[in-house]
Amino acid sequence: MPDAVRRAAPIVTVLLALGVVWYGAAFALNHSAALAVVGSAAPLPVVVRAAWSLGRPLLPAPHQIVLTLIAGVFGESVTSPRSLVYHAAVTAETAAVGFLLALVLGVALAVAIVQTRVLDRSLMPWVIASQTIPVLAIAPMVVVVLGNIGLTGILPKALIAGWLSFFPITTAMVTGLRAPDRIAVDLLRTYDASRRDVFVKLRWPAAMGFLFAGVKVAATLALVGAIVAELPTGAQAGLGARLLAGSYYGQTLQIWAALAMASLLTLLAVGAAETAQRVLVARRGGRL
Amino acid sequence: MQHDAVTAPSAAAALSAPAVDARTVALTGVDLTIDRGEFVSLIGPSGCGKTTLIRAIADLEQPTTGSLKVNGTTPAQARRDRAYGYVFQAPALYAWRTVERNVTLPLEIMGFPAAERRERARRNLELVGLGEFARRFPWQLSGGMQQRASIARALSFEPALLLMDEPFGALDEITRDGLNVHLLGLWRQTGMTVVFVTHSIPEAVYLSTRIVVMSPRPGRITDIVDNDLPAQRPLDIRETPEFLAVAHRVRNALHAGQSYA
Repeated sequence: MPDAVRRAAPIVTVLLALGVVWYGAAFALNHSAALAVVGSAAPLPVVVRAAWSLGRPLLPAPHQIVLTLIAGVFGESVTSPRSLVYHAAVTAETAAVGFLLALVLGVALAVAIVQTRVLDRSLMPWVIASQTIPVLAIAPMVVVVLGNIGLTGILPKALIAGWLSFFPITTAMVTGLRAPDRIAVDLLRTYDASRRDVFVKLRWPAAMGFLFAGVKVAATLALVGAIVAELPTGAQAGLGARLLAGSYYGQTLQIWAALAMASLLTLLAVGAAETAQRVLVARRGGRL
Repeated sequence: MQHDAVTAPSAAAALSAPAVDARTVALTGVDLTIDRGEFVSLIGPSGCGKTTLIRAIADLEQPTTGSLKVNGTTPAQARRDRAYGYVFQAPALYAWRTVERNVTLPLEIMGFPAAERRERARRNLELVGLGEFARRFPWQLSGGMQQRASIARALSFEPALLLMDEPFGALDEITRDGLNVHLLGLWRQTGMTVVFVTHSIPEAVYLSTRIVVMSPRPGRITDIVDNDLPAQRPLDIRETPEFLAVAHRVRNALHAGQSYA
């Protein structure tokens, strides 16, 4: 399998280089803490081993993160608040609700913008302006304010996730719905097609390829939004809560494990979007 | 300019006034009547307004002045009546539809029942020699096959008038020859009226019963050449003296149009 090797080689090389740098950095950063454990007279290999196995390292070594992750995923009952699966599920649920909100609203907004010129002029600037608000910065405030008016639970968090993720969907769909060229539109005109037909038979199917580009970005943003929204909620559940608790108590391993879990979730989300896209592509004979 | 193909006013049904135009006076002084069952080519250099003229017939462009009649009604009404099929410069097949479903697209819009749509798609794809390719997607077809599929699509609702805007302009000469033979056969078979835009003299002479020669700045008709070649035209008719004589007349008319442009 020389082909597989050739393809894997660059990735493995980068991974190895990253590992070397990481272990090196972990040693450098944890050096003094390690010395405090094993004593300043200890031989170097002992110091190194200690630096890579501290309970609360400044920077955990990669294998520590992996072990903590594995323990958090497989070592606990999934209903336990110590289980990373439990926290990931809470975050995933928030992100999923937020993403669905974003998908429905984002697409609806794009359709409205494309179908009516007035809305194109009046709505699009607001859509863009909405993204200049640093939601990440005010997310805690939003959650608290919404909580005060009785909106608690998943909804305020999902709103923040949705707010972050509707934009790529809207812009992708606006572009996609406008993608058909003049000939494709003229063709339908020669059939005296209704506006509805132009939309259903041309604009909508033409936009699908664009939609998936937006969906992939939106899926990751929904997760970011969900995690950020979890920070101020008293930090009971979710990867965001886990991150916050970890930083309260200096549990760097817990923080990194939660981060790794968040990356895995993102991979999963993007993978799901890609799978959906692949299904559509297959139905269209291999091309979007 | 008047156009009366298809149903109503036949041969005599006159020509009215001039001037089809699109904003910058793309066309002026156009005075033309096309009879039902004719194969008329519009030929001329770029910018002579031949595409504007055919688009005006199709109501894709609106003349600023003058009168234009298709089937004895306005182009807008003719378009609403789905009186013509239009073949564009590019195939304009929808990439997400199979060849068959591209052909049934107008039928869906016009509300044909599903069984009828399938039957017509089959028949018209057969007609253009693409019977076996119904389930393929457009990108799996060559350029010539794609354009044939777009012709099948235009024929699927059996319009009596076929408008073709440089349909073979982007194809290589061999493919083009084949499609010309094919188109001529289709025209004889169906008895429809064809208006055909081209800038190839041999193509115009080979296909047409009449050749409308146009010239630019401003776009106008400079000459109309009757083509009395026999209806049966094998490809090698293009080497006969009669063919060359007609081609010569068209070329002269084109040059004359250029010289005082």
